[in-house]
Amino acid sequence: MPHDSANDWNAALPPPLDTRYTLETPEGIDLSLRPAGLVVRVLAFGIDLLIRGALLGVLLLLLGGLGQVGAGLSTLLLFLVSWCYMVLFEVLNQGRSPGKLLMGLQVVHDDATPIGWSASLIRNLLRVVDLLPFGYCLGALSCLQHPAFKRLGDLAAGTLVTYRERPSSQPALPAADPIILPFALTLAEQRAILGLAERQGRLSSYRARELAAMLASPSQVAPEHALQHLNGVARGLLGPT
Amino acid sequence: MKQSLFESRHQAEWQAFGSVLDDLEQPSRKSASPSDFSARYRRLCNHLALAADRGYSSHLVDTLQHLAMRGHQQLYRHRGRFLADLLGFILAGFPRQVRAQWPFVAVAAGVFCIGLALSAALVYRYPNLIYALVSPEQVASTESMYNPDHSRLGPAVVRLAGEDWMMFGYYVMNNIGIAFQMFAGGLLLGVGSLFYLLFNGVMIGAVAGHLTEVGYGGTFWSFVVGHSAFELTALVLAGAAGLRLGWALIAPGQLTRGKAVRDAAKISIQLVYGVVLLLLIAAFIEAYWSSKSDIAASWKYVIGAILWLAIIAYLVLAGRSTHAPD
Repeated sequence: MPHDSANDWNAALPPPLDTRYTLETPEGIDLSLRPAGLVVRVLAFGIDLLIRGALLGVLLLLLGGLGQVGAGLSTLLLFLVSWCYMVLFEVLNQGRSPGKLLMGLQVVHDDATPIGWSASLIRNLLRVVDLLPFGYCLGALSCLQHPAFKRLGDLAAGTLVTYRERPSSQPALPAADPIILPFALTLAEQRAILGLAERQGRLSSYRARELAAMLASPSQVAPEHALQHLNGVARGLLGPT
Repeated sequence: MKQSLFESRHQAEWQAFGSVLDDLEQPSRKSASPSDFSARYRRLCNHLALAADRGYSSHLVDTLQHLAMRGHQQLYRHRGRFLADLLGFILAGFPRQVRAQWPFVAVAAGVFCIGLALSAALVYRYPNLIYALVSPEQVASTESMYNPDHSRLGPAVVRLAGEDWMMFGYYVMNNIGIAFQMFAGGLLLGVGSLFYLLFNGVMIGAVAGHLTEVGYGGTFWSFVVGHSAFELTALVLAGAAGLRLGWALIAPGQLTRGKAVRDAAKISIQLVYGVVLLLLIAAFIEAYWSSKSDIAASWKYVIGAILWLAIIAYLVLAGRSTHAPD
């Protein structure tokens, strides 16, 4: 395994290549959020649009029989559904409108706290500007050029649409005899070896062997034994159970 | 320390913290958060930092990070006392904010009033000008609304309660929608807000000028004087909120433009809250008072004048004392 210098074994992990958004908290830890991109947000919006349409259709049918009181109520409802649907769901349902819930998304403040009334109202009122000049053109452009995929309303409100993280179940590590290497690994190498061991169940055996051969090539293990060797190293790193 | 030892030593603690979080995340939760919540959360953060620094496996780090995220969301959530906040806002917060933003309010009021006065005067002087602004059908329907002889607002017809409801819904929908657009238009460097202010001023002025010119002024002015205090003030304030937002983009000062806009949005959304309240009151007055035809016009003017004085006094005077009004 390569060593650029003697004291880089505990160097911090390099910044990730993906769109992860890291946030340092007052406790001195880094939380990472995964901002949601344009397509999944459009889908969530489409679902919300359908739900709103259906809701309005049913209500208007029901209220149509009530005469002028019904007409007044239905204009009020039209107003509520068109301006407040998103705000109410976002604030009262932990940042998730039904569309976002189905797509596994969530709106949070920039500091990852749950969204409140002000921010939700700002981002949803400014939707009017994102709509300009037609069909969310400004919103889509803003979303595509921003590293955290924010539309204009998100920029002004200081909010972020992220994927909701779900806890993963404990992966089973492949059986192997623990190996203690006679030299120190860098943090990145250690994480890579452990990651390969944990993810083996989800990889095809060919891909696992290919990855293992790449990872183990500097340590002069024959490619066909590389996987077994690395699993042993991972066991050694984890320690006795 | 090896990862397995670390895990087996702290696993129970993490699970206990997870179940506390499950409890706190229930929407209809009654129990208060445990008194040692923040201490537990800091311990978890400590474990996460250790795990990341020692290069433990991704699964462990991700699990701890997930727990830390949930803890972070619980610890730092913005909890407000809704009723007390609302009352404080109405009694002091809103008028204070309006006074603090006076340059924007002044510009918005200026643009709106100049548009209104100019178009009213021009349409009154040159009656045909109305057709350049409003389509003939709309002119006809407005005229029939305020025609003193056969108006549904006029003395001949007594409006039904149901119709009041209908008009209430319509006014809320229409006016708050316009106010929201005025605010949002501010994000286009304030141009959108200026446009809507001018446009609405010109339209209202044109209709007023035209109706006065054709001799329906009596019904028109006595109808609008009651709710105009709230409605026109609210429209001007919505425009001012938009201008505040636009100005942050034009002249962000020492901040980056993004930060300036975020700060401005926090301020101007307070104006929007107030605008919504004012427009709800306006719609209520418009549907249930302005449209009452069995009240003498002179009474309507008196009440209208009182309402105008009240709203101006409220915006100028309320919340001046340094004591928190609660």
